Amino acid sequence: MKYKLGTAAIAAIMAAGPVMADLVFPSLSYRTGPYAAGGIPFADGYADYFTMLNARDGGIGGVMTRVVECETGYNTEKGVECYESTKGEGSLVYQPLSTGITYQLIPKTTADGIPMHTMGYGRTSAANGDVFSHTFNYPANYWNGASGAINYLLEQNGGDLNGKKIALVYHNSAYGKEPIRTLTELSAKHGFEFKEVPVDHPGQEQKSQWLQIRRDKPDYVIMYGWGVMNQVAVQEAANIRFPMENFIGIWWSGSENDVLAAGDAADGYKALTFHGVGDDFPVFDDIQKHVVDAGNAAGAGDQIGTVLYNRGLYAAMLAAEAVKTAQEIHGVAEITPAQMRDGMEALSITEEKMAALGLPNFGPTFDVSCENHGGTGLVGMTQWDATAKEWTLISDFAPSDMDVIGPLIEEDSAAYAAENNIEGNCG
Amino acid sequence: MNEQLAFTIEVFANGLMAGVLYALVALGFVLIYKASGIFNYAQGVMALFAAMTLVGIQNGQVPFAHLINAIFGTDVHKFGWSVHSFAAILLTVIVMIALAWAVQRFVFRHLVGQEPIILFMATIGLAYFLEGVADLMWGSELKALNVCASEGNCLPQGMNVWLEGTTYEALGYGFFIDNLDIVASIVAAILVIGLVMFAQYTKQGRAMRAVADDHQAALSVGVSLNFIWVLVWSLAGFVALVAGIMWGAKSGVQFSLSLIALKALPVLMLGGFTSIPGAIVGGLIIGVGEKLFEFLIGAPYLGGATENWFAYMLALLFLVFRPQGLFGEKIIERV
Amino acid sequence: MFYREAGDFSTTYAEDQQTFPIKFDRYRYYVVLFIAIVVVPFFINDYWANSLLLPFLIYAIAALGLNILVGYCGQVSLGTGGFMAVGAYSCYKFMTGVDIWWGGELLFRLPEFNIFFSVIMGGLMTALVGVLFGLPSLRIKGFYLAVATLAAQFFLVWLFNRVSWFYNYSASGQINAPERDLFGVLITGPSTEPWATYLFCLFFTIVCAVIARNMTRGSAGRKWMAIRDMDIAAEIIGVNPLRAKLTAFMVSSFFVGISGALFFAVYLGAVEVGEAFGIQKSFLVLFMIIIGGLGSIFGSFAGAAFLVLLPVALKVVGVDWFGWPTDIVAHLNLVIVGGLIIVFLIAEPHGIAQLWRVAKEKLRLWPFPH
Repeated sequence: MKYKLGTAAIAAIMAAGPVMADLVFPSLSYRTGPYAAGGIPFADGYADYFTMLNARDGGIGGVMTRVVECETGYNTEKGVECYESTKGEGSLVYQPLSTGITYQLIPKTTADGIPMHTMGYGRTSAANGDVFSHTFNYPANYWNGASGAINYLLEQNGGDLNGKKIALVYHNSAYGKEPIRTLTELSAKHGFEFKEVPVDHPGQEQKSQWLQIRRDKPDYVIMYGWGVMNQVAVQEAANIRFPMENFIGIWWSGSENDVLAAGDAADGYKALTFHGVGDDFPVFDDIQKHVVDAGNAAGAGDQIGTVLYNRGLYAAMLAAEAVKTAQEIHGVAEITPAQMRDGMEALSITEEKMAALGLPNFGPTFDVSCENHGGTGLVGMTQWDATAKEWTLISDFAPSDMDVIGPLIEEDSAAYAAENNIEGNCG
Repeated sequence: MNEQLAFTIEVFANGLMAGVLYALVALGFVLIYKASGIFNYAQGVMALFAAMTLVGIQNGQVPFAHLINAIFGTDVHKFGWSVHSFAAILLTVIVMIALAWAVQRFVFRHLVGQEPIILFMATIGLAYFLEGVADLMWGSELKALNVCASEGNCLPQGMNVWLEGTTYEALGYGFFIDNLDIVASIVAAILVIGLVMFAQYTKQGRAMRAVADDHQAALSVGVSLNFIWVLVWSLAGFVALVAGIMWGAKSGVQFSLSLIALKALPVLMLGGFTSIPGAIVGGLIIGVGEKLFEFLIGAPYLGGATENWFAYMLALLFLVFRPQGLFGEKIIERV
Repeated sequence: MFYREAGDFSTTYAEDQQTFPIKFDRYRYYVVLFIAIVVVPFFINDYWANSLLLPFLIYAIAALGLNILVGYCGQVSLGTGGFMAVGAYSCYKFMTGVDIWWGGELLFRLPEFNIFFSVIMGGLMTALVGVLFGLPSLRIKGFYLAVATLAAQFFLVWLFNRVSWFYNYSASGQINAPERDLFGVLITGPSTEPWATYLFCLFFTIVCAVIARNMTRGSAGRKWMAIRDMDIAAEIIGVNPLRAKLTAFMVSSFFVGISGALFFAVYLGAVEVGEAFGIQKSFLVLFMIIIGGLGSIFGSFAGAAFLVLLPVALKVVGVDWFGWPTDIVAHLNLVIVGGLIIVFLIAEPHGIAQLWRVAKEKLRLWPFPH
């Protein structure tokens, strides 16, 4: 690898820089722009968790945390600016929160030696840690999601999907196209008929797509949507009287934002998830006490317990746990990004750990290793209840079909390795 | 009845309906362009602004709450009341009129007689400005929009059951039409008839047409340009509000609402920038054309998602034969 | 005081015709060039390169290109994003070796081009596509043409998203710039030195600016301007509108293609077409030239600087100095940029370039204006 120059330069900067007194977590948030509705709760959850850690525990391992927020507006160029302006502050881990920024930062963070965590988005094959040394996408990725949805349907149909029709409604972009390969493979394996229905950005007008679905009468519809496309799709599905319980969204299509606009019509809509929903966890009492009541909440405080807030909180929790792991491994409290990477690679989330954090059964249990940066790929299913206005988890975190996903990850990461002359980090 | 034919007819009908929604947005452009020669890039943002204001007033949100809280360290968010839809719409109309006045007073009065591209540029500045103000005022999170005459009696959505049942019995295939689209068509029809009546039979309307015809001639017979422009911008603001309600009812009110302007552009160029009937006919042609193309050619053979570019290609095709749009004024060129 | 022409005597036609006839102006230009080429590379770091200078230089090229079309030839285009995408994807294909297929079989594969020539090829391919989409301009005029070029914008983005040949069949649909060097110095990829990427872009910017300046004051430029001012009159005095408009589209698209190629290969390194080259990009570049000044080379630079640097500057002031919440700053940012555009237009409708001209005129008489 030719990364020596870059890392050497960074090492020089690190050595020359001032002693850093806190653990810096940059938050590349998007509270403006077309996807602001999704970005606000996530950023709030991410920030509030660290604020809570500071107020309750005095930081992590005795070192205070600091969240540096930088507004990207979901725009790649602003994301680059944010990365460049925050990386000098000793940032421990990046959460780029957009597919575009992720692709952008994968080579850059690797060259700069800073780990990046793309939780449930980004480049799926980054799960192969042998190739992507500084990119992590545990606990689940898009292909796990696709397979998880099919597994769930298998279970619903007594293990047999033969002759069923499944349609994929997707945002016509790199993100939306992610599950196609997996679903094609799975359709061959399980004998269901698979149909693609792309929706062009931004997806405000989906009449013809849903008329196609009305004509073809698929048994199930899976959706990979984002932003305004979700709300419109849920509304249109209700309009054509598509049975909502047969309509499954990926986790980016499964927040309160996506169903509230449609009102009662959205009742029964399902979405995949890789973390718990609702505010029925002990940790929220601490957040209420130490953050909201103290007047330190990142947002208006009304987002607590929403799906995307929980996701931000979950991301923060995983980052904090990785810091603890890193502190244990290296025996220092003020860790560097390189040590953070080791911590993330040795991260192990168990039931006991989550319970101790006040988040019992909040997410799947998993272990990260050098080869596997993607965790175990357990996904759960949630369902929307329009009268109570809340999501409920209706299944356990179940495994996805790694026999299908494994080779796909292998293939895609091998292509990346060949293109970029990466020889393997785990050797 | 032949299945494929039935589906095609269904797509055709829905295309017409979608076309009406496009035309609603395009109307706002036409009004301003006709009266002042300004291509108003901010029309989409105006729809967003109007819809956000409407929801904000309905829910009793405190304007600029976030900014106030950040500056003064207070914690205000809501007044704690909610306003009836009709009252809220009325208040929003007043806000849009105030906006029209402000735009006229602070921007375009200073730019009288400038070239069209400069006026266009000013509307771009306006679009940025309004977008920022709207977000600061009401927050950028997603808001559900419900316009209700009374409790539980709101804008209808979903399939028209009566139509489906009747057509099923008569033809053996139940056609799908969205109730919201039917409402939108009725509203659009009323709006267009109202605008045409206003332009034909009222004093202000005649003055408006005079200004559209010739600024200087209108000035010389004592028509106040300032007043007419405020009037036109107010009307465009009102049209933006209607478009914002119709589109926002489907998707919730959020930033993407401002992108509906892009759906109106092919309609405009097909119908001509200066013709109200043109906007309607253009909308219908674009709506039907893009839906049918996607349904018959795009989705089966080209992999789908062709609507966006096909709308423009269709308009381009028409323009090659009629460079001023279907209903635009004939361009006469002299040296 | 400054910018006075007293004492400057032109003794040859060449001297009289030069770009900067006033000595002071000429020296200022040399100083700027000297600082940009010799001084800046020694002080540049990752932040300055990637957040400010690279986007500025690249957008300046795009703005130059669009200014030729809109400012000099009067053909309003909103297809810039799509044309930049053509540049980026051609550059990518030539970088990684173009594979030609026929009937499901690989006919042959071109060797991988050097990054320099890949960028040039990006420009050339875009010029071709630009001419194709410029054809409707012969019939359609004004805002109608602007909206017609949107057809190119949406179609091209859809095409690059749809046809997997363009992104070498990668599963993600994104294109990634592999590591490439020029004379042993890395130009693309993650481990590049900021000075190298900066100088690479600066080279293209300067060359493009010089070409644009000389074309616009030569016979081609005068034909464009004649078409812009009144195409029928121009036709009567013997300007061929077909050739004039199409050459404008060609040259403009060439520049825009180069900027797209640099945008992808050097600046971002990985792009997805819908996000990076969407309609917003077309509008952004158009805003740049209108704010900067239509029909002005300096205006292209000024406009690019205004829209690239101002938001970053406002962000730094708001967030880093005052410590305001990032979303309020982002919203205020919009309000301020929008407000400034309007204020600028009211004060000076012909853009920053005109302000600069006026300032020069004032400085010429300063401190004795009478």
